[in-house]
Amino acid sequence: MIPDSWLPVVWAGLIAFAVLAYVVLDGFDLGVGLLFAVEREREERDVMVNSVAPVWDGNETWLVLGGGGLLAVFPLAYGLVLPALYPTIMAMLLALVFRGVAFEFRFRAASAAGRASWDLAFFLGSAVAAFAQGLTLGGLLAGIREQDGRYAGGWWDWLSLFTVLCGVAVVAGYALLGSCWLIWRTEGALQRRARHYAAVLGVAVGGLTLLVSLWSPFLHPQFWHRWFAWPNILATSPVPLLLLALAYGFNFGLARLHQVTPFLCAIGWFVLCFAGLGISFWPLMVPPDISIWQAAAPPDSQRFLLRGTVFLVPAILAYNVYGYWIFRGKVGAGTHYH
Amino acid sequence: MFGLDALALARAQFGFTIAFHIIFPAFSIGLASYLAVLEALWLRTGRPVYLDLFQYWVKIFSLGFGMGVVSGVVLSYEIGANWSGFSQRAGPVIGPLMGYEVLTAFFLEAGFLGVMLFGMKKVGPALHFLATCIVAVGTLISAFWILSVNSWMNTPAGYVMAPDGRLLPADWWAVIFNPSSFVRFPHMVLASYLSVAFVVGAVGAWHLLASRGRNAGARTMFGMAMWMAALVAPAQILMGDLHGLNTLHYQPAKVAALEGDWNSESRAPEILIGWPDMQAETTRYAMSVPWLGSLILTHSLDGTVPGLKQFPPADRPDSTLIFWTFRVMVGIGFLMAGLGLWSLLRRWQDRLFEDRWLLWAALLMGPSGFVAVICGWITTEVGRQPFTVYGVLRTADSVSPVGAPGVATSLLAFIAVYALVFGAGVMFMVRLMAHAPAPGEAGPGADLPLRAAGIVPGPSLAAAEGEVVR
Repeated sequence: MIPDSWLPVVWAGLIAFAVLAYVVLDGFDLGVGLLFAVEREREERDVMVNSVAPVWDGNETWLVLGGGGLLAVFPLAYGLVLPALYPTIMAMLLALVFRGVAFEFRFRAASAAGRASWDLAFFLGSAVAAFAQGLTLGGLLAGIREQDGRYAGGWWDWLSLFTVLCGVAVVAGYALLGSCWLIWRTEGALQRRARHYAAVLGVAVGGLTLLVSLWSPFLHPQFWHRWFAWPNILATSPVPLLLLALAYGFNFGLARLHQVTPFLCAIGWFVLCFAGLGISFWPLMVPPDISIWQAAAPPDSQRFLLRGTVFLVPAILAYNVYGYWIFRGKVGAGTHYH
Repeated sequence: MFGLDALALARAQFGFTIAFHIIFPAFSIGLASYLAVLEALWLRTGRPVYLDLFQYWVKIFSLGFGMGVVSGVVLSYEIGANWSGFSQRAGPVIGPLMGYEVLTAFFLEAGFLGVMLFGMKKVGPALHFLATCIVAVGTLISAFWILSVNSWMNTPAGYVMAPDGRLLPADWWAVIFNPSSFVRFPHMVLASYLSVAFVVGAVGAWHLLASRGRNAGARTMFGMAMWMAALVAPAQILMGDLHGLNTLHYQPAKVAALEGDWNSESRAPEILIGWPDMQAETTRYAMSVPWLGSLILTHSLDGTVPGLKQFPPADRPDSTLIFWTFRVMVGIGFLMAGLGLWSLLRRWQDRLFEDRWLLWAALLMGPSGFVAVICGWITTEVGRQPFTVYGVLRTADSVSPVGAPGVATSLLAFIAVYALVFGAGVMFMVRLMAHAPAPGEAGPGADLPLRAAGIVPGPSLAAAEGEVVR
């Protein structure tokens, strides 16, 4: 039996896991969409879309779990953050509409022009969704002005140089995940080009991560204290060291033409960045003031959902792995469509 | 926008996005079960026509399902963005139910949808059938949870109100199985089944008309759809009656509004047609049948029916709107049952596929299920006003502190995007339906070669290739 005061901690961990799962999984789907900017041949685009078609829906479900979970166990945060970041949330939702339907529509379009416009919708939907998610992250990091648990800021709080930087970083990060996914799941010329994209994007993501990491400690005194005050720095310093190790592994994998290593290193990079965010945030739910305990639903609500979650999430992970297993292997080209 | 305040705009936005959304889940719930039946019949009888029909409809299913997913993701965040007061105060009760919807239904559907759409050759017929069944059951589980949430908003139970105004769970069993979830869930599932039956019937009718009754696939789908019309439409009318009795008991103001009754009386007439006037507190141009109102609502000629004047003006739902949406829904229900009866007669005469009038009627009624679904939802949700949680939490206290310009902008964006995207989607679906089902119908897997060569997933593949790929 978990004591009441620990329930929000458990749930913060579970929600963080759902968000991380979403970011990594839909991250490579959205990244594949972003790479439509440089991959313009119909055949290549078909292979790219087919590589994620059987799994994207499951990947996006983690986003729905993040929303539903927040409503259930952190209703105060859910009702505070979403109105505060209203424009970025709405932009993301509309973009995901375009991205999601384009999977099917681009195969159904009767004319080349129709197909080209759904390809554009796939790319723009992916790009706007990724950028809006970065803005949302940046807006949350920068902090949300509130009064009695209700948003008390202005229209444009979500827009600043910092949030735009976060938006660019997320776009670059997703594109990196997408190109690493393609290295793993495709072959031939497309795979070779994906290696090239990954090499360029790897440098960009490294630089952007550095910028965001150096900037964010200055946003709130807590963030600074958490990272750099003695003895915290002993606990936090492994994060950048591990990032360096991953960067090395990533380049090594690319150079030796490994299939999976770059993807695993890119995922590791996201996991570490996410852990870094967790270090900054803890124990806040909504910076600068709302802690996970203040944001939490009554223990009864948390307990009721937790009782099922401990069985359901492992089951979900198991059948999702099974789904990936069924559709394993390289995705072929040169096949005929409608 | 149009002189509307942020509250009216937020209501318009949620109403618009959810009305658009519900079409697709209703379609998915019904069609997933139909696909499971088709695949079961194919596995049992070995008749290729069932596999052809499965492949024919599964392509349409995947389009509809995708649109349901993307319009549903919108809702899961829109609740917080536009209704933060509701989220913060009712979240502790309804949030876990929606969490369970994601965990027990959405993941299940998404996890097995890929196998259902693209996996026939990879896993073999038996496992594929299992995947189809899991997706079908997933749609029903999803419907169960979300209708439980909606029923709780209409007939809240099992909660206590905290001093700060939050609604806290007291008895989860009472929350989930609140007084109206027993009628709402079956009513919606039957509505989904009927909606899909009429779409399938219309497509079958169209191809029967075009082929002069010869297309085997069209004959099968039309025959199956007309069985549904004959059996399920009357069942739905009975279910609707039960729902009405339940609403009369728990939400009398809603019943008064949808009947256009202003004065509570026994031996009340049933107003068939009229124009409820909220200002004048009367229903103009009323054409009524004496005593019928009491008979329908209370199953007794002497029964007392509620009138809107019983309730303070601030607590009355908009009768003008729901009087009409209710009548459209009920009218469609009776038309459906009538078409079912007609088809029974023709079936008995062995002329089911020859009566061109019947085929035309079935064709014209193709979209009628969705019209009834939307009208039904408007009736029950507008009838719940001016509360989000009936009698407990007012809509005005539920809305977010987002200004009118922001809500108006996003509303316009939703209207434009949905018109474009779902307009295109429905066009693609209609185009797929316009092509006649043919022997050897290709599935969506034919579009999607997922691997060039290599690993063979096991002996099931050979079996599948032998049976499936002709």
